[in-house]
This record gives sequence, structure tokens and C-alpha cells, in this order.
Amino acid sequence: MIWAIFRRDLALLLGGGRRGGALLPILFFLAVAMLYPFAVGPDAQLLARTGGGVVWVAALLAAILPLDRLIEPDLELGFFDQWALRGLAEEATCAIRILAHWLSFAVPLMLAAPLAAGLLGLSGGQLLTLELGLLAGTPGLAALGVAVAAVTAGLRGGAALAGLLILPLSVPLLIFGAGSLSTGGEGGLALTAAASLVLVAAAPFAAGAAIRAARE
Amino acid sequence: MRADELACRRGDRILFARLSLAVESGEALHLAGPNGIGKSSLMRILAGLMRPFAGSVAKSGAMALLDERPALDTHLPLGRALAFWAKVDRTQDGLLDEVCDRVGLADLLDVPVRFLSTGQRKRAALARMLAQGAPVWLLDEPLNGLDAASVANVEALVADHCADGGLCLLASHQPVGVAGLRRLDIADFRADFAA
Repeated sequence: MIWAIFRRDLALLLGGGRRGGALLPILFFLAVAMLYPFAVGPDAQLLARTGGGVVWVAALLAAILPLDRLIEPDLELGFFDQWALRGLAEEATCAIRILAHWLSFAVPLMLAAPLAAGLLGLSGGQLLTLELGLLAGTPGLAALGVAVAAVTAGLRGGAALAGLLILPLSVPLLIFGAGSLSTGGEGGLALTAAASLVLVAAAPFAAGAAIRAARE
Repeated sequence: MRADELACRRGDRILFARLSLAVESGEALHLAGPNGIGKSSLMRILAGLMRPFAGSVAKSGAMALLDERPALDTHLPLGRALAFWAKVDRTQDGLLDEVCDRVGLADLLDVPVRFLSTGQRKRAALARMLAQGAPVWLLDEPLNGLDAASVANVEALVADHCADGGLCLLASHQPVGVAGLRRLDIADFRADFAA
């Protein structure tokens, strides 16, 4: 049962259907990385120094794009009710969705990161730190995305509100993740992973409670 | 399934209060009443999706719910959208085809769900519910949007389900022609006061 739900979640989020695909956030992410040199000029030193932070900001902004199709469509179509009726807790279905969202959003993002790093002239060492930081931080970002999408599902202007909600909540990930680039240290990565872990642990419960509350 | 002294509150209005019902296997109960009386809310309370304002529900056996939302992926062909639930419910091979024949969807399995008409969607949801194979049926307005032949078909399905020892609660504002169907008018439990 869980396997079937996971496969459906992944297929829905990866692409196809009317809900748009996983490609759009990645193109958006690359577009931001591409625009930045146009805005600040082609100074290679400046780009290399600030580029890592830009990649992190671009990743956070890209994370907003899939929010409105994470929970709301299934809530409206009655999927969550049907799963609840079959004895599956909302926490479980949300945890499945977090995993599917991470696979469909974060993995392509990490694959696109070398391209962004090339556009910004980051060094190989910086790219490695960046990728490790994204690996540590994106599970938290995915969890946060599902929780925020569940809280704002069904609200008028929910999509815009979700974007506003997720940005401040993801600030710890941004600070530690982007910070690990300037210090080059493992401390930043460890703190990113720690913040990420807290979010992953808490998000299924927050999202599950939000879905139950939306029924009342 | 039985419910004791249920009350339901929506916003600051009590929709109904002191509503008790008991349904045994092999029985069907028609929850009747005009729009807005609280039929759907009662259905969702019985399904365990909403908490009652007061009272309790006791039930045994797996439940299947049919309401106005089909819970089928609109972009998928009907056959694949139903196959997802067949996998979730571990429906036996062949049962899904049988069920689709029974509700007259066999020719539509290649059509994406979003191109189906209201009545066809209703029948698709009905197929999903039948394939679930649950002993307890909760049908919320199952006759909405159906033509006369399909209405008769649903009535026959309910009768068969009860004859097989199943239990069915059916909310509808329309008259339902099933032999031996008990009727509970929710208007009898209306509470005309604000909370």
C-alpha cells in the first residue's frame, strides 16, 4: 500500500499531468544563477566569493515553485480522506510525500548545481562544499515545503502565503548552508544537517495535523 | 455500526443534536433531509474524518466512502487511475474489470478522467469503492448526476451488498428505491439554537 502511494507521489511530482513537472524549478534555479553575473558584472573574484550564497538563495526561491501542487490538489480530490479511511495516518502519507518531494526536487537541483557553479565561476572545492551543503539542507527544505503546503492548502491565496511562510523558516538552512561555503568548514555542514534533521522530524506531524484541521 | 447522541457543529450553528442510530450487517439506512441539514457532516463523522461536537460512534469493519470527490487522478486514463486504488486496496485481479463492467465503464478505461462527464465520474468513483471490497459502505449522495438507468443500477448494487451481509449508509435528498431500506430523517434532530 505504502509503496503504491510512494510511486504515485513520485510520478505526480516528477512530471506529467497537469501539475507541471520537476523541470520548472530547476530551470528557474539555473536562470537565477545565470542572471546574477549580468547584474553584478563579470568580475571573476567577486563572483567566486559571492556565487555560493547566490546558489543557496536560488535554491530557496526554486523551492517555492512546487509548493502549491504538493498537498492541495490531493486534498481537494479527496485522496487524503480515502487514505485516512484505510487506516493510514496523515503523518505517514505526509512522510511519504516528503521523501517523494525530496527525490523530485532536491536530487535534480543537486544535479544542476555544477552547472550553476560553472556559470558563477566557483572552484572545485567550493562546488564540493556546496553539494554537501545541499545534500544536508535539502531534506529539511523538502520537509518544510510539505508542512507549509499542508498548512496553506485550501486557503485563498495559499500559494503566495506559502512562499512567504517558507522563506523565513528556511533561514537557518540558508545561514548554515551558505556559511559553510565561506568558512569552508565542516561545522557549517554539520549545523545545516542538524537544522535539516529537526525539520524532517517535525514536519510530518505538523503537516498531518494541518490536514486533519482542514477537514473541520 | 452505531452512533449515540451525536451532535454536529459547523461554525457557530448546531446542525443536529441527540442523533442516535444503529445499523447491523445486511441492513441499509437512508439518511434523508434537504440540502444543508448535515447529511454530509454526519457521513464524515461516521467515517471518522470529523469529530462530533458531542456523542460517540462505534463501528467495526473496513469502511468505503463515496462522496462528491472521486479521488481519481484527473490527468490519468480511467483504467490507470482505478489501478492505483486497486494496488492500494490489494484488489484481486479481475475484480476491477468485473466492477467496471457492472457500472458500465468498460468502454471508458482509456479516457482521461478529466474528460469524463459528471455521471461518468460518479460511476468511476463507484467502481473505486466497489473494488475496495469493504463491508461497510458510506454513500454520500450517490445518485447525484446519474441517469435513470444508473440510479437503478446503484439501487441494485446496494440491495446486493446488503443481501451479501454488507452494511450501507446512504445519504440522499432524493427518494431511494431499495427494498427494506430504513429511513432516518435528519430534520427530526435539528437543533434550532446557536451554540
